[in-house]
Amino acid sequence: MATPTDTRAPTDTFAAPHPQPTSRPTIGRQLQVEFRAVGRAFVRADRRPHQVIRDVSLTIAPGEVVAILGPSGCGKSTLLRLTAGLDRPTSGAVCIEGSPVRGIDDRSAVAFQEPRLLPWRSLAGNVALGLPAGTPRDRGAERVAQLLALVGLDAFAEHRPREVSGGMAQRAALARALARDPGVLLLDEPFASLDALTRMRMQDLVLDIHAAAPTTVLLVTHDVDEALQLADRVILLGSEPDREGATIREILSVPGDRPRDRGSAVIAELRAQLLEGLGVSRHAQPAPPPIPTAAIGLAH
Amino acid sequence: MTGPAGDLTVAGLDPGRAYLLDADRQRLDVELQQRAPGGPGLAAGPEVGASALTSRRSVRIAIAVALPLAILGFWQLSTSLGWFPISQLPSPTMVWNAALDLFERGLLATYVGISTQRVIIGFAIGASLGLLLGAITGLSKTWETFFGSTLGAIRAVPSLAWIPLLILWLKLGEQSKITLIAIGAFFPVYTMVSAALRHVDRHLVEAGRAFGLRGFRLFTTVQLPAVLPSVISGLRLALAQSWLFLVAAELLGASAGLGFLLSDSSNNGRVDRLLLAIVLLAIIGKTTDSLLGVFERWAVRRWT
Repeated sequence: MATPTDTRAPTDTFAAPHPQPTSRPTIGRQLQVEFRAVGRAFVRADRRPHQVIRDVSLTIAPGEVVAILGPSGCGKSTLLRLTAGLDRPTSGAVCIEGSPVRGIDDRSAVAFQEPRLLPWRSLAGNVALGLPAGTPRDRGAERVAQLLALVGLDAFAEHRPREVSGGMAQRAALARALARDPGVLLLDEPFASLDALTRMRMQDLVLDIHAAAPTTVLLVTHDVDEALQLADRVILLGSEPDREGATIREILSVPGDRPRDRGSAVIAELRAQLLEGLGVSRHAQPAPPPIPTAAIGLAH
Repeated sequence: MTGPAGDLTVAGLDPGRAYLLDADRQRLDVELQQRAPGGPGLAAGPEVGASALTSRRSVRIAIAVALPLAILGFWQLSTSLGWFPISQLPSPTMVWNAALDLFERGLLATYVGISTQRVIIGFAIGASLGLLLGAITGLSKTWETFFGSTLGAIRAVPSLAWIPLLILWLKLGEQSKITLIAIGAFFPVYTMVSAALRHVDRHLVEAGRAFGLRGFRLFTTVQLPAVLPSVISGLRLALAQSWLFLVAAELLGASAGLGFLLSDSSNNGRVDRLLLAIVLLAIIGKTTDSLLGVFERWAVRRWT
């Protein structure tokens, strides 16, 4: 399992040449997340319970990036919402640093699939919404300006959300989540609605942010490549044939420092493996090159 | 977990490192240009026919006053040609003279003043209560269930039906009139606010909650700004309704005001004053409505 120190700092090629002014506050608390036999059932219209997820047990190390992958409707977002405190588990518990999440928790912050910006506020005003309660006005303004610069929106601080593109709005939403100085950053398919090129740029942005502020990241996605590009570990959610409710089917450790070569053979093999887990054929004719077994740590 | 990574700060990043491609900026420039008035793109150019006609302010005003002037001209014509007897339709000049006469006696200002005062007070009370109850029922399903059907039933009572009861309880003084106007102003605001709050984008509210907003702060930060344009539309309707209820209140039991002018002139056979009261109601009602209309347009620009 990767730890923050061994993967990120040395590979951070573009942070080094910029000396830091001392007044800037550090960001990037790193907190541990633990799922203890988490389950969530909803009551259907016909009053019968419907189990969405069950028996999810997983420990995410501080500073780790974990991607949750799975088919549509398998409860990926539910798992994230439970971590954010927007929803509560019907069994088990989600813990951050050992204490259970009960309601909205200021240790975590969410970026949703849609930007969800307040249309009547400027981008700066929207990012300021994420600041922890009680932040002094001048420090808050300074921090908002830093975060907007971080996501490349400093020239658009006073624009309204409807005046910028979808990708820019999504970056503002990311800055808003970071404004909370979260120990756990929760990303709920944040790039799903963006075009392919913008999505790749956003993925690079997330890696850069994580390098600068190595917080714990939990990323929900249905994009196998995105998971392999960003995550230390990929969690494959899915349901077993004759049981209701999705649970962890597979946990894959992704080898290699980020940013990763999108075309490497090891990644290609992991991709095929994940796609197969999602029920997509790999269409492979020749035998793939042998993968060093140490590289694909199949942990459970 | 302290390592070199933990000491990195935001400033460690090269800001704007190609996240915003030039293409992004360019597309944005084009979009903004298209939205700007007078810019290329969707803005109406002179070649776009119908919309070109109304694009100039002076032309718009000329078109808007054409019909009132035509009506006035027709009115004058029909009285000078003797199509109607003067006892039924006095000429515009006679109505104007009646206005001057009332003005010189100081009655015109008194009537307009007292009517406007009643409308403003009644509107303020009714609209405030409508805002309050609309907010309560719009935010809480329980309170909506509790109040909904009762208020719906009260709304179904025609305005005139309240008058005998209000006169019995509150006598003929100001209270009964203001109460009736408040009833009239209450319902449009209550209905609009309640419905608008129930339809605030759930995603936005959830995002607000996710960033730690609750209760009153969630209301003032997310819900209230989201419904402000609807609130102002509701206020506009309520103001129109207030003038309607004012006349109802003043027709039956008042010693001053535009409604009193109507009923008094009707009893005395002063058709010129009767017409004057109607024209005044039309002008004052339209003016106050236009003022709120300006406010409404501002709110839509500011809050959406």
